[in-house]
Amino acid sequence: MKYWHLIWSNLKRKKLRTILTLLSIVVAFILFGFLSAIKQALAGGVSLAGQNRLVTRHKVSIIQSLPESYKLRMERIPGVAVATHESWFGGVYQDAKSFFPQMPVVPEEFLDMFPEFVLSPEQKQAWFETRTGAIVGRKTAERFHWKIGDKVPIQSSIWGKTDGSRLWEFDIVGIFDGRDKSTDTTPLYFHYDYFDEARAWNKGQVGWYLVRVKDPAQAAEVAKLVDQEFENSAAETKTEPEGAFLQAWAKQIGDITTITATILSAVFFTILLVAGNTMGQAVRERTGELGALKAMGFTSSQVLSLVLAESCVLAVLGGGMGLGLAWVFIARGDPTGGMLPMFFFPTVDVLIGVGLAVALGMLAGIFPALQAMRLRVADALRRM
Amino acid sequence: MAGPLNWLSQVASVSKFGLLSIPQRAGSVAAAVIGIAGVVAVLVGVLSMGAGFQKAMTASGSPDAAIVLRSGADSEMVSGFLRESTRIIGDAPGVARTDEGPLSSAELFVIINLPKRSTGTDANVPMRGVEHAAMKVRDKLKLVDGRMFEWGKNEVIVGVGAANEFGGLELGGKLRVGQHEWPIVGLFSAGGGTAESEIWTDASVLQAAYKRGDTFQSVYVKLVSVGAFQEFKDALTTDPRLNVKVLRQVEYYSEQSTAVTKLITTLGFLIAFLMAIGAVFGALNTMYSSVSARTREIATLRALGFGSGAVVVSVMIESLALAVLGGALGAIGAYFTFNGLQTATMNWQSFSQVTFAFAVTPELLMRGIVWAVLIGLIGGLFPALRGARLPIAAALREL
Repeated sequence: MKYWHLIWSNLKRKKLRTILTLLSIVVAFILFGFLSAIKQALAGGVSLAGQNRLVTRHKVSIIQSLPESYKLRMERIPGVAVATHESWFGGVYQDAKSFFPQMPVVPEEFLDMFPEFVLSPEQKQAWFETRTGAIVGRKTAERFHWKIGDKVPIQSSIWGKTDGSRLWEFDIVGIFDGRDKSTDTTPLYFHYDYFDEARAWNKGQVGWYLVRVKDPAQAAEVAKLVDQEFENSAAETKTEPEGAFLQAWAKQIGDITTITATILSAVFFTILLVAGNTMGQAVRERTGELGALKAMGFTSSQVLSLVLAESCVLAVLGGGMGLGLAWVFIARGDPTGGMLPMFFFPTVDVLIGVGLAVALGMLAGIFPALQAMRLRVADALRRM
Repeated sequence: MAGPLNWLSQVASVSKFGLLSIPQRAGSVAAAVIGIAGVVAVLVGVLSMGAGFQKAMTASGSPDAAIVLRSGADSEMVSGFLRESTRIIGDAPGVARTDEGPLSSAELFVIINLPKRSTGTDANVPMRGVEHAAMKVRDKLKLVDGRMFEWGKNEVIVGVGAANEFGGLELGGKLRVGQHEWPIVGLFSAGGGTAESEIWTDASVLQAAYKRGDTFQSVYVKLVSVGAFQEFKDALTTDPRLNVKVLRQVEYYSEQSTAVTKLITTLGFLIAFLMAIGAVFGALNTMYSSVSARTREIATLRALGFGSGAVVVSVMIESLALAVLGGALGAIGAYFTFNGLQTATMNWQSFSQVTFAFAVTPELLMRGIVWAVLIGLIGGLFPALRGARLPIAAALREL
């Protein structure tokens, strides 16, 4: 680090150029942060899906329902620990643009199946005891300013009640948080019993099942056994690990990973070009000085590291600032206003970003550095 | 006349210096041009996805056609009618008629899991059960291969978009629905509209397969004229036997496309805007180095009596030329890469896949060039001012 001063003065030599290069690197990394958050939001939850959970749905499509009686049959299959179901409610609060998911579930089984939803013991108890009770995630509660004790009217686009009305009322008895930031805290969950008794049609039918296996290593075999159990019945099933299910769901939107990677590589290629070009220019201008350094006894590899260090400092400084700014912007939340509930900057991508910054510095600096290393003292000094 | 002419020749000679020195600054010039090309390509590419989606949606509806859903339903998926109601709708005033009866088709809309070719993962492919008038209700619909399915038989015809995007939909093949196999007997196109993403069969056959009883989800009608819509709508909404929502097809499809279009354009602009800022820095860098490489020349010219305005303008010309070049490269690249590219995405309102083609429209290309010009203006302005303000004596001393 004794050459820090030297590196720093070289960067300060043309302040404007350094600042402009720095800023373009900053922008590239802000963009990197946004793209990571977008990818995270669209592919939501795939990476953190329960390793021991399977999703079972109707083989033809998810809109077809399965009998409630499948639960007991599933739980008799070897390897299955427990099964529970969810259904799609398709409700609207106030107006159609305020989308958030609502699902009727069996509360005890549901909370046991999803330990990632964190609810205080009192609120849990209140939910179990209140037939019209519902729990809602923190994000949605904040969005609509709901408090515990509120009565919330929700109009279902699918389910009418036996009295002909489509307006359902729920009592908010709990507000849950996510165990980590990738947990979706937008849904509202309510009692299946209340739902099934009040709905006008399709009684005893549920949307899909979640199955917990005893041993995650056996998940694939258990999935096969579940499907075999219902083969040739009126409602055949398709069972797959929760991660695969969510991934397929995300891929319905499009191949996000490919799109993101394409944009990012375009951006980085451009920035690399700009930064590399600036570094090259800076080294060419200093040919004489580098020659002098060598004449004073600096070894070739010292000169190489000096130039490389310079570009790395620039890249890491810019990268760090960009990632930091991206973090700040992303923390302000979803830019589309509610369409991307899982919009955050995943930690692993922050680390990748830091790695990329170093790689950018190395790549941009390597050619000028090699040029500087190979410089012959006599040639360099003659140009002075 | 001598004044402006003289000024123009000054601009021309300073610009010439700049443009001729480009080969010496090839690296930084290329970096700026490619940077701008990248911005324009990404902007045009992402927005062409939104434009393509919207185009598919708007191509689906004709102004003299309407769709009827259950009141409160925002898509066919969650709507529902008994046969009785669909008859009342078909007989309403304003509906066009032929000898065979009203041009009204009561339809069933479900989804079926099929693998997406590009990813191999399951996708929700829409499947529609239609009545006899369906082909006449939609004027762009055309069989392009094979034949129409036979009414009352387990046969299907497949939209060209669906056949391209999803596996197992080849003409002559068989579609497995539950425990039945349905032969695929025809392929149809729909002028690029959403129907091309769908699989069609006889509504009564689909009712039986999906155990839907004698129910439907939507009614598509052709009106006698564009103006007949209001009469038709009033008749249905005031009918005490019905509880329905009546929409022009065009309205219905634009409502369906808002969510996805908004998502794509918001994200697209955000990304392109950030890239544009980055490109402005790149352009500034290039132009500053262009000016500083010519410090002596500029100072000499100014000492000879060239005005500082000519210097500003010529630097701006250079910057704009590079920006337009970059913009054009980006726009052309985007056109050849994206235009017509087939893809499919999820329509959130109906939970099902819509196939569409990216559309690089002239407006998008223009918008790309406008962005490039703006980047060039900003990137050129500050270096130009610096060049103009250069103290002549100090600059000449650098000789």
